[in-house]
Amino acid sequence: MSSAATTPPSVDKVDGFSRKSVRKAKQKRSQSSSQFRSQGKPIELTPLPLLKDVSAQEQPELFLKKLQQCCAVFDFIDTLSDLKMKEYKRSTLNELVDYVTVSRGYLTEQAYPEVVKMVSYNIFRTLPPSESNEYDPEEDEPTLEASWPHLQLVYEFFIRFLESQEFQPSIAKKYIDQKFVLQLLELFDSEDPRERDYLKTVLHRIYGKFLGLRAFIRKQINNIFLRFVYETEHYNGVAELLEILGSIINGFALPLKAEHKQFLVKVLIPLHTVRSLSLFHAQLAYCIVQFLEKDPALTEPVIRGLLKIWPKTCSQKEVMFLGELEEILDVIEPTQFVKIQEPLFKQISKCVSSPHFQVAERALYYWNNEYIMSLIEENSNVILPIMFTSLYRISKEHWNPAIVALVYNVLKAFMEMNSTLFDELTSTYKSDRQREKKKEKEREELWKRLEDLELKRSLQSDGIIPT
Amino acid sequence: MAGAEGDDSLYPIAVLIDELRNEDVQLRLNSIKKLSTIALALGVERTRTELLPFLTDTIYDEDEVLLALAEQLGSFTVLVGGPEFVHNLLPPLESLATVEETVVRDKAVESLRKISQEHSPVDLEVHFVPLVKRLASGDWFTSRTSACGLFSVCYPRVSSSVKADIRQHFRTLCSDDTPMVRRAAASKLGEFAKVLELDYVKSDIIPLFTALASDEQDSVRLLAVEAGVSIATLLPQEDLEALVMATLRQAAEDKSWRVRYMVADKFSELQKAVGPEITKTDLVPAFQNLLKDCEAEVRAAAANKVKVFCENLPEDSRETIIMTHILPCVKELVSDTNQHVKSALASVIMSLSTILGKDNTVEHLLPLFLVQLKDECPEVRLNIISNLDCVNEVIGIRQLSQSLLPAIVELAEDAKWRVRLAIIEYMPLLAGQLGVEFFDEKLNSLCMAWLIDHVFAIREAATCNLMKLVEKFGAVWAQNTIVPKVLGMANDSNYLHRMTTLFCINALSEVCGQEITTKHMLPVVLKMSTDQVANVRFNVARSLQKIGPVLDSSALQAEVKPVLEKLATDQDMDVKYFALEAISVLALA
Repeated sequence: MSSAATTPPSVDKVDGFSRKSVRKAKQKRSQSSSQFRSQGKPIELTPLPLLKDVSAQEQPELFLKKLQQCCAVFDFIDTLSDLKMKEYKRSTLNELVDYVTVSRGYLTEQAYPEVVKMVSYNIFRTLPPSESNEYDPEEDEPTLEASWPHLQLVYEFFIRFLESQEFQPSIAKKYIDQKFVLQLLELFDSEDPRERDYLKTVLHRIYGKFLGLRAFIRKQINNIFLRFVYETEHYNGVAELLEILGSIINGFALPLKAEHKQFLVKVLIPLHTVRSLSLFHAQLAYCIVQFLEKDPALTEPVIRGLLKIWPKTCSQKEVMFLGELEEILDVIEPTQFVKIQEPLFKQISKCVSSPHFQVAERALYYWNNEYIMSLIEENSNVILPIMFTSLYRISKEHWNPAIVALVYNVLKAFMEMNSTLFDELTSTYKSDRQREKKKEKEREELWKRLEDLELKRSLQSDGIIPT
Repeated sequence: MAGAEGDDSLYPIAVLIDELRNEDVQLRLNSIKKLSTIALALGVERTRTELLPFLTDTIYDEDEVLLALAEQLGSFTVLVGGPEFVHNLLPPLESLATVEETVVRDKAVESLRKISQEHSPVDLEVHFVPLVKRLASGDWFTSRTSACGLFSVCYPRVSSSVKADIRQHFRTLCSDDTPMVRRAAASKLGEFAKVLELDYVKSDIIPLFTALASDEQDSVRLLAVEAGVSIATLLPQEDLEALVMATLRQAAEDKSWRVRYMVADKFSELQKAVGPEITKTDLVPAFQNLLKDCEAEVRAAAANKVKVFCENLPEDSRETIIMTHILPCVKELVSDTNQHVKSALASVIMSLSTILGKDNTVEHLLPLFLVQLKDECPEVRLNIISNLDCVNEVIGIRQLSQSLLPAIVELAEDAKWRVRLAIIEYMPLLAGQLGVEFFDEKLNSLCMAWLIDHVFAIREAATCNLMKLVEKFGAVWAQNTIVPKVLGMANDSNYLHRMTTLFCINALSEVCGQEITTKHMLPVVLKMSTDQVANVRFNVARSLQKIGPVLDSSALQAEVKPVLEKLATDQDMDVKYFALEAISVLALA
């Protein structure tokens, strides 16, 4: 109790009532670690000679001993404990990193399980709860891993090990198995971007070297994404995993397997619905375009998928969707374009008339894209009638003069493209509006009659006593 | 069923379907929400033969529309012709139960659960159970996830061979290879166990529970904890140790903090389920460990349960257990490094005094309260203050005031206005118990100081506080101690303080009665009608409206009316508005 009473009342202490963003700015970078019940008695390691100081025959043996020593995990939250031993482990890890990089003939068969064991002991852990109750990657500083001084070297060591010329996947696969991969994937949720960066390289190497694990890795990534989309909306490593997938998709053989197509439609497309899309949108769009470049026939399901989940309330996301759609249109084949032009331009027509000028502007920029322009030109008889009403209306009543100017250019382009149709649409604009209004009225009447009917029925059934 | 004649020509299905297909999502959504109206127009027969097939075939729409549809279909039984035909609703709901979006799927499952009750046992076996089985063996995880929620509703009403089949399917889902399905199964395990015969709970559910509780994913394991609690309530006492305790003990020491958190969070339920003996032997040490957990989240969850856990300890050994096992942990938590832990503890720690009695409270708990009252985190202090009354009951106000009053006075001037607010709200209670003299001596000046606080919420609460104090101490006390001070503020140079005078008068006039109001308060209010600040003037009008009912009619006519009439011609429109309002409310026009 005395410790709490005597700590000086620090001014910077978190105040539950001040605004989150203000509070964050004041807080120093927080660190956390979650080695469950690692605290306890101090750890004693007997110093070993340096590897370079012993004869070549003795080295493998000593290498194993050092690996075993490095299995000891220290508590970094307590910055004062085990200082000497922490430093000893750090220098040993450094030595091991150098050793696997330059040495030859060190990788005996016995070394594999010891390496994997050492790596597992150090990196596999339940990630700690986030410091802030609702960690928002866009606003909050990430919590950094306290044990990074050791952890970084362990990752470094593991990557050198995987990349070493002597590394033999046929032996390693006994130890780097599905369970190992599963635990590795869980770490991608780490808040520490440095750790995720290393994990990305590790997973990439494993995917490259262990053919037997590839399908499993893809399936587990699927599960992580689906959970992220449909259950938690929270996972820190989405961008990193997508980056790996980008290069995996690149290597898919043609024709694409059904499994891959399913991944595209049922996992990658729904990923667009997540609130924090901006954090991984670039990587996601890259994956999508990779797929379409592999198999243009997927364009239609992809665009229809995006249209179905088009953002309704979030303008920032709408701008991102428009950006991605332009990337897709850049690689679209004209035959595919014809298949989706109607629903696509109905959406674009809505975007163009968005009261949010950034959305309208982003959509109108399509008309600056030469390839898209050529597609529009070829199909102006279909597209112009869809776009005309919105464009005509905005040119009269959008609040933002820049948008109005852009719209004039677009209208002018259409006029040059297909002047007969343009004139026709201009002259029928008014009567079309009137027809719409009439239809609207008819709808209302229909529903009114239906409601009367319902009322009548319920009165009837009230009157009749059911038998 | 004969009501459909003549309507057919009026409302051809094509027109209605056109509405359901409208290009505008909003209109489509509106139509779906009025689906019952459409069904009514079509009559039961055509709803079954035309509308439902159409709905089943066209389920590719925006999730919002699908959600509305899934909800509608749950109360559609009458519209298809009653329970006899309810199975006609299954095909569209089955499709909805397989879509991606969780919200839609959950709603479809909810509707399916609802209409399952309207099926006859025969229809259940012929139509409903096959649907559940189809979902349970669907290709994509969504349908299997949905299936998990449907087992418990059909199980009790089918024959024993079908029951065996259902159990088999549930078993399969519990070992599904996608974690999403295992999570769904784990979350429904408790519910399913409840409808099973006890023998099957032991032979089927227990192995499933054990397996899920040691799943490789912590998200599955933590759901198993909740199921474990439900299962424990179903088992006879003598089977608990052998069947569930090993697994639950393991969960309390799981390497993932999320699982341990879940155990802490469900601790009271667990305690009730396993009974007093196991509580003593197993739960007490487990609870100690959770209170000392290395993750703050877990400690906070456990701290929250301290009160309920202690209350529900078996009476014969309650005090010993608390004093020897729980209190030492609580003492450590008081100076925890994490504010959420301390704040969780602060919200329950006071109620321990009721359980431990006066002597223990004074000796062991009071020092802890004092530490928490001085905690640097305002939330901790707030939680302590708002629970003072339970200690009050145990040790009496004298003792409480001697030990805690200095701390309370300090908090009354706390920099955080919410803390000050909490103190104010506690004042009337404190005053009532301390008596007039003690109050005048120690607390009165504080109450008056709050009236000129720079935060409006505090001034407002202080005004209300005065009213409650007058209710307690009477009008004479008010006239001597507070009315002069309140009225004095009418001459303050700060218009906010002048307004506070008006707000106080609003609050006090009724409790002070006609004499004080007419003699002392009214003149001040009337004088303020010439204030140069418009906000003060329109508050004068509002005050007059407020205190009018307390005054007699001669005062109203002779003094209030002319002032209000003058204010009604004020150049400020708000002043005018409120003056006119007061005139009409007081019927002075």
